[in-house]
Amino acid sequence: MSVLAVLEQRPAPDGSPAWNRMSFETLAAAQQIAAALDITASAAVAGQGVETLARELAARRLRAVYAVEHDLLKHYTADGFTTALRQLIERVAPRFVLFPHSYQVRDFLPKLAASMGRVAVSDAVSHRIDGGQVVLVRQLFQGKVYVDMRFAGGAPHFASLQAGAYRAEQAEAGEAPVETFVPRLAAGDIRTRPLPMFREGERNVDLTAAEIVVSVGRGVKEAENIAVVEKLARALGAELAASRPICDAGWLPISRQVGSSGQTVAPKLYVAVGISGAIQHLVGMKGSRTVVAINKDPNAPIFEVADYGVVGDLFEVVPALTAAIEKIK
Amino acid sequence: MKIVVAIKQVPVRDSQLRIDGTGKWIDEAELDYEVNEPDAYALEAALQLKERYGGEAVVLSAGPARVLQTIREALAKGADRAIHIEEDMGALDPLAAARLLAAAVKSEAPDLVLTGLQSDDLGYGQTGVIMAELLGLPHSTIVMQVEVREGGIRVKRELENGWYRNVDMPLPALLAIQSGFGKLRYATLMGIKKARTKEIRRLTAADLGVAPESATVTVDRVYVPERNKRAQLIPGGPREAAERLVEILRFEARIL
Repeated sequence: MSVLAVLEQRPAPDGSPAWNRMSFETLAAAQQIAAALDITASAAVAGQGVETLARELAARRLRAVYAVEHDLLKHYTADGFTTALRQLIERVAPRFVLFPHSYQVRDFLPKLAASMGRVAVSDAVSHRIDGGQVVLVRQLFQGKVYVDMRFAGGAPHFASLQAGAYRAEQAEAGEAPVETFVPRLAAGDIRTRPLPMFREGERNVDLTAAEIVVSVGRGVKEAENIAVVEKLARALGAELAASRPICDAGWLPISRQVGSSGQTVAPKLYVAVGISGAIQHLVGMKGSRTVVAINKDPNAPIFEVADYGVVGDLFEVVPALTAAIEKIK
Repeated sequence: MKIVVAIKQVPVRDSQLRIDGTGKWIDEAELDYEVNEPDAYALEAALQLKERYGGEAVVLSAGPARVLQTIREALAKGADRAIHIEEDMGALDPLAAARLLAAAVKSEAPDLVLTGLQSDDLGYGQTGVIMAELLGLPHSTIVMQVEVREGGIRVKRELENGWYRNVDMPLPALLAIQSGFGKLRYATLMGIKKARTKEIRRLTAADLGVAPESATVTVDRVYVPERNKRAQLIPGGPREAAERLVEILRFEARIL
């Protein structure tokens, strides 16, 4: 019985496998849960040519490291990864299988768990041990409500962990034997054909260089209303940015999006207007030196990362703020 | 092309949520509901694909009677007919939800099954992929574009950090659509009128032959988290607060 951390690699620009940084957060979580339950932690990484990466884990405190190695795992497919990891899980028989909650994991973990008759607890933000059982905490309703969940029935129990929920530097050093696991996989098992990755166009707005960023969220309600926030940005000499829903709706170009699917910024001042503060947005701006939030909901998660907050109607607060700034210029 | 699009009804975004008496779910009384936003994009994708390639778009939704409102809105936007699985879904885990939805999809044998990426209430982001597994279909998630080609479809997937990837896949298939797939349409007056005559088939779990199975994850409790509120909230009316904030940014934070 062990905790198996399934780590993620992705091709580096030169095509060779490289770690997704979230992997070490998962590794740290696996070690912590294993220590609390007095069981062992192991790690696995799947792909082609991943043995070098796996050997890097030999210096971690783990019972075993598995390099799940196959030519058909060179490019990620849900079919390939599900089949290969399921075989590893059946071989190793872990009690828990933990993943980083990455885009890739979201694509195959529900399938892997369902293929074994289980439900994965996805996007967990923390855990505690209660009566020898692991209790996982998830966010509901965009973080307004939390839920404590337990596993029922037999192992394996699957979970994925939110980015930033555990600290990568807490992953402990030690020693681990590395083993190559070659799954039985045939080309016919894989029904999808992935084509090469690409980036789209040049980013014509570099938000990362701005000293001040004024960012607008769905609280603005209508495309026409963005002008109110734009005026504030102009008064501050700031770049105008937005949360995902604004770009999804086409109100601002995607090149102005801050968050996990957009740019990551760390300006001197970040003003979040009508942004509730979903985790996908927070990861893109929480490194800012000073954060100001304007939101009508006093319980909005954005106030947890903001230094200064104004609770109120943005259509009143923002013009007042613009006027106050223009007055001191 | 026959498309089934699964959509969910969720509480409106700025709902004030209260925990119910069981402590395991929210109090649903007095809440207003709307379509789950990611699913609105899945519906938009279904309608666009139908317009481009012909065929039929069938809306599938599970939940109590209130879900009919969301179904009618989808029909008014242009879906051809609907299936309503009349069951109380509550905090049902995604495998249990997917079993119900997959059973209804099976009887339709569509070319394409579409879902949103995740729900704004439970946020598991799993139901679509589990449905694909239960139905034995290949799937892709975080799909931005779909193009029908010889022998199947080519989809554009969004990856992390601004990367994309095209994936070729056979039909039938299941796709979880990324928000922003296209511009969401409004229902027209004509559409609303037409929707009244469109078929809504009502089914229950029993009709679908889906019996509850023992869950592999259970809810301990649902609660409003304690906020470690870091922000210094600036009191006063808009003007007063704005002027105080500028003062703070100038003299305390020394930014302006």
